[in-house]
Amino acid sequence: MPLAQLFLELGAVILALAFVGRAAGRLGLTPIPLYLLAGIGLGAFMSLGDAPTEFIHIGAEIGAVLLLFTLGLEYTSQELRDNLKANRQVGLLDLGLNFTPGLVAGFALGFPPLAAVLLGGVTYLTSSGIASKVLADLGRLGNRETPVILAVCVLEDVAMAVYLPVIAALLIGGTLIAIEINLLVALAAFALAFFLALRYGHVLSRLMNVQSSEALLLSVFGLVLVVAGVADLLKVSAAIGAFLVGIALSGEVAERTRGLIEPLRDLFAAVFFVFFGLQLDLGSVPGVLLPALALAVITGATKFMTGWWGAARAGVQTRGRFRAGATLIPRGEFSILIAGLGLELVPMLGPLAAVYVLLTAILGPVLARFDAQLAPLFDRRLREARAG
Amino acid sequence: MVRLEETPLPGVGVRHDFDGRFGKRVGVITHRDGRREIFVSRRDDPDACAQSIVLSDEEAEAVADLLGGSTITRHVSRLAQDIEGLAMDWVNLPGFSPYAGRPLGDTMMRTRTGTSIVAIMRDGQAVPAPGPEFPLRAGDTLVVVGTPEGVVRAANLLSGEG
Repeated sequence: MPLAQLFLELGAVILALAFVGRAAGRLGLTPIPLYLLAGIGLGAFMSLGDAPTEFIHIGAEIGAVLLLFTLGLEYTSQELRDNLKANRQVGLLDLGLNFTPGLVAGFALGFPPLAAVLLGGVTYLTSSGIASKVLADLGRLGNRETPVILAVCVLEDVAMAVYLPVIAALLIGGTLIAIEINLLVALAAFALAFFLALRYGHVLSRLMNVQSSEALLLSVFGLVLVVAGVADLLKVSAAIGAFLVGIALSGEVAERTRGLIEPLRDLFAAVFFVFFGLQLDLGSVPGVLLPALALAVITGATKFMTGWWGAARAGVQTRGRFRAGATLIPRGEFSILIAGLGLELVPMLGPLAAVYVLLTAILGPVLARFDAQLAPLFDRRLREARAG
Repeated sequence: MVRLEETPLPGVGVRHDFDGRFGKRVGVITHRDGRREIFVSRRDDPDACAQSIVLSDEEAEAVADLLGGSTITRHVSRLAQDIEGLAMDWVNLPGFSPYAGRPLGDTMMRTRTGTSIVAIMRDGQAVPAPGPEFPLRAGDTLVVVGTPEGVVRAANLLSGEG
């Protein structure tokens, strides 16, 4: 009987997600915020048995690992290097403008310092998933501001690769010396892995590139899980290990792997968002509504400025600058991932991040659609400011 | 010469674009999975795409052939105009031609008209520089080069009117 129950309940959950995803497609939105909502609704109105909850929990962990693996797979090491060189300034502005509000808000809310740093990460990271989906779905890949948007996303992902292991080491806590040792181990392991990935990635790519798709899928998925497990043992964060495997794979094998692993990632990532929603205590939402709204407005504005400035530097006109700013506003998968790390420190971080992500994920794409109407307003105000 | 700009799109592919003469920016995005996307910018907002068309690998090849084909014809016709007094034509060998089924040498083309047969197209294939023993067949297309009058005479000769 437990198996029947597991299948029925899981099947119902996944079918519900499918409907949500289709509805999102109709509305021209990405499904990520809706998955969160689905999880929240599920947690509020239904209670799953132990077995499905257990499965969803493990699935969510795999989802986080696969999210970062495919993220690493997205970029070649050459792209990362070029981007670091060309877009340093936008990246630094982005970090300064968008990490700070979260950090300050964390302290203002009375969080412990570490949780405040986590909240900084939550407000810092644009959802590259939402941004790239909006760009592709609305046929905006050829737009002149698009390279700026993508470059900001890439740089954030690089920053994330350093930020996560450090945070993971700090989270283990202990005495000051223990923290320092953890930190050193984490950074050394990360640096070594990064070096190996850049230097010997092609060897790994050649080894992994087997003829049969089945064997490729199994070897890649297996390798990702093994590396994630080792990373977790070293207290480096499983997801970051997966990210490095993604960076190391390049060329043809990366191309083939992407096609094979994406469906798997979509499945587990959806489970990941549902799980996060499931964990939310609805009762705590009213308490975080105001701070989340304030954060969304402030960091919406700072992200907007980042995009506007970056696009202006690339010689883009007002409307394009407006679109660049608005497209960068949505926060998503990684904000949730980071908030998930700090749930034990400050339980409020979960609902706060969830509401915040919902607000920004809807605000950004909607704003970007009204570039023709809204951009001239900014332009006029700027001209007036300059004239008077 | 069109000034093409190349912009990498991390995670997506590469974009090539140029500012067209008729006021629109035109470009092609090569996605990493082989898809091509052709786009044109809006006139009122040169930064944004008015329309983008995504093509599969094969479709992109077909479009490239179409565009490339017209370039070749243009080059060939320009070649003929470039050298004064030189004409070039494709002459079809009709079924009633006295030379169908006979070797090329029998036409005595050079002696009679002063033109040269530089190539013969048959079944979509080109036979460059055919020798005098090359057997002609009805339906062949002969590429004739010479003076304009010579080319006309050659066409008449091949259709049995010369």
